[in-house]
Amino acid sequence: MSKDIRIKKGLDLKLVGEAEAKVDAVSRSQVYSIKPSDFHKVTPKLVLKEGAEVKAGEVIFYSKNDEAVKFVSPVSGKINEIKRGEKRVILEINILADAQDTFVEHGKKNPKELSADEVKSHLLASGCWPFIKQRPYDVVATSTDSPKAIFISAYSSAPLSADVEVALKDKLISFQAGVDVLAKLTQGKVHLSVNGKTNSIFSFVSGVELHKVFGPHPSGNVGVQISKIDPINAGERVWVVAPQDVAIIGDLFLTGKFDATKVIALTGSEVSKPQYYTIRIGAQIKEIVSGKLASDNVRIVSGDVFTGDKVSVGGNLGYYANTVTVIPEGNQYRMFGWMPFAGANKHSMQRTALSWLMPGKKYVADTNLNGEERALVVTGEMEKVMPLDIYPMQLLKACLANDIDKMESLGIYEVAPEDFALIDYTNTSKLEAQVIIREALDLMINEVG
Amino acid sequence: MKFLRDKIDQIKKPFGKGEKLEKFAPAVNALDTFLYVPNHTTKHGAHIRDAVDLKRTMITVVLALLPALIFGTWNAGYQSLIQIQETVPFMDALIHGAWKVIPMIAVSYGVGLGIEFYFAIVRGHEVNEGYLVTGLLIPMIMPIDLPLWMLALSVIFAVIIGKEAFGGTGMNILNPALTARAFAFFAYPTYMSGDKIWVSDASTTDAISGETILGKLAAGQEAGYDMWSMFAGTIPGSISETSVLWILVGAAILVITGVGSWRIIVSGFLGAAVMAFLFSIWGANPLMDFGMLHLLVGGLAFGIVFMATDPVSAAQTNRGKWIYGFLIGFFSILIRVFNPAYPEGVMLAILLLNVFAPTIDHYVVEGNINRRKKRVAKQLKTA
Repeated sequence: MSKDIRIKKGLDLKLVGEAEAKVDAVSRSQVYSIKPSDFHKVTPKLVLKEGAEVKAGEVIFYSKNDEAVKFVSPVSGKINEIKRGEKRVILEINILADAQDTFVEHGKKNPKELSADEVKSHLLASGCWPFIKQRPYDVVATSTDSPKAIFISAYSSAPLSADVEVALKDKLISFQAGVDVLAKLTQGKVHLSVNGKTNSIFSFVSGVELHKVFGPHPSGNVGVQISKIDPINAGERVWVVAPQDVAIIGDLFLTGKFDATKVIALTGSEVSKPQYYTIRIGAQIKEIVSGKLASDNVRIVSGDVFTGDKVSVGGNLGYYANTVTVIPEGNQYRMFGWMPFAGANKHSMQRTALSWLMPGKKYVADTNLNGEERALVVTGEMEKVMPLDIYPMQLLKACLANDIDKMESLGIYEVAPEDFALIDYTNTSKLEAQVIIREALDLMINEVG
Repeated sequence: MKFLRDKIDQIKKPFGKGEKLEKFAPAVNALDTFLYVPNHTTKHGAHIRDAVDLKRTMITVVLALLPALIFGTWNAGYQSLIQIQETVPFMDALIHGAWKVIPMIAVSYGVGLGIEFYFAIVRGHEVNEGYLVTGLLIPMIMPIDLPLWMLALSVIFAVIIGKEAFGGTGMNILNPALTARAFAFFAYPTYMSGDKIWVSDASTTDAISGETILGKLAAGQEAGYDMWSMFAGTIPGSISETSVLWILVGAAILVITGVGSWRIIVSGFLGAAVMAFLFSIWGANPLMDFGMLHLLVGGLAFGIVFMATDPVSAAQTNRGKWIYGFLIGFFSILIRVFNPAYPEGVMLAILLLNVFAPTIDHYVVEGNINRRKKRVAKQLKTA
């Protein structure tokens, strides 16, 4: 049975530099990298040392708090550097890649013939487990939990983000296999949401409850979909998996290998020809963008403009990234830029800018803050981009005050930082809503668990 | 333009991080950011940001205030001159009014911004733009002949006790501009009420009388003006409160740009209309008989459009805004009619509802919380 999800609140920001639906390969990176910081709240315990040879899919470290959760190398090669920061925190594990991958062989398996526990231990051992994330808290799922449902959003509504339908068009069999695997992990349902406006290639996926999603961003956010389908209550756990990661899980069972190949979109106004590329997880940004940028003074984002991480050209793609967005840095002064209606090329959700008279216009958005951080004054603007049944400003204030009871009663379990990305974008006071929510969720993990 | 930018950067150097004058940086930054939107880029969270900032929002309110301010300035001169001469040329009235109004604005901004800068430096935060609006509002709601030192004291009270004591911009419970007026009203009642103060020079020149319509009605007299005068605003009163016409122009600017809450404005007028209608049925005295004309006189329109919509002291939830606005309108007329000593009910009504706004929001948000609790209860029952 299909249940449509319709939301009205939100914003479809139109930006220049959408990727053309064409997939090419990029040359293999020399160095691949795994950043433990991509796995929020995971403290890594290294299994291999610097200089060790690794195969693709071989365990490099595991989680100190949940030792069954293993993290593996996306390629085969040699660990040539383990970068550490303050207090010897591991920042990056760099792997000098072989010319050709040799894989750890797990053997083909049919999930339908395995028990739930066997499926689970196979996912854990093979390093596929970190693809499964848990709500509430937006962290890697705990291996001993059993979720009430699993959600897959095959619709990314964020501006310039990779279209899942393009990225997975040749991988439907793997995707279906991945869905069959996930179905083993829950007593509840596996929910799959797709863009309601197109004829989705995922319509024929079996073993899922299919939902068509309509409405502006953040309708593609899995958190929004969860709240419309089956909201999370205190004490409950649901799991979410990104569609490309579902396919990687599927491939593990079909081929017996951890194949870290993904299709990412290289997008943004500063990319000369935005399109899709086949890469491996942790690939070097340099290899992806070299020769493809239109200017120098740019911000490279591993992810989309709302939720991604800033990376340098010398850096590497984040573990979960499906998009690399390149936009101009906004480190310029603008004389009298604060005047109402100044700057016709700047988008604003407010009607104090010309952009509300030009709804179809596509913008080149830069990274300028367009003002300075101020006290919270304006009310009502956050609600316009918050489709969840939540009072965003009240929740943010409770978070700032570390008021756990209030956070709980105002719905902290139902949100992830990405649900507040549009509030980051739109709020007049330049409040860092995603950071506040992340810190609040961390507090909840420590205090409530 | 690069020359100017370089020059500013050079001037700002001693105020930079780790330099000698670092703690005065907020003051310099406040001036610099008026010339230029700074080159700050995003560090955390979303990499791109909306073009709006608090400066733009506040300047929009200032723009919305200008029509009422300019008319009020002219009217201040006109009300005085028309009583002693046959015709009043436009410029004469404007200059006469400006002669009084501009020093008031200068004092209000000078004193208020001085305090704001001081607190910004002491607390080490940037100067918030809120006072740009407050500082203009304060003279606009005062009688024209208010001595400047009283104005200055009211500003000091409003900014320090009304705002900074609560933690500064965004934290205050009461609308700062109305706090200033309430201070003056209770501290210097002879300068803030009565029949001598609403027209420039009325207290010093016998030929000029200066009573407001509400004052006359409360004393049992006729209003003495036609409806058009009340709407256009060619009547005595606080500097910018008289012209419903130009206040509505400001309201249109606020509503179209989305800066002011249309919910509060609409529900405010609605609440006032309901109360006025109920009183007109009762009809026990001239104030009650005044009926819908209540909407055109006194500070009601100005209060609802420019003071009730102050987002910090108003209700913050959308449903709360409806209730808050309605009650302000409702109580304004109630206070007007039942307490002739306070013909200006809107000031007290807004301050009263400022205090109750968090309570209103509390019950609105409670609805959301209960929905969540019910869901958990249902879950437990089925499990």
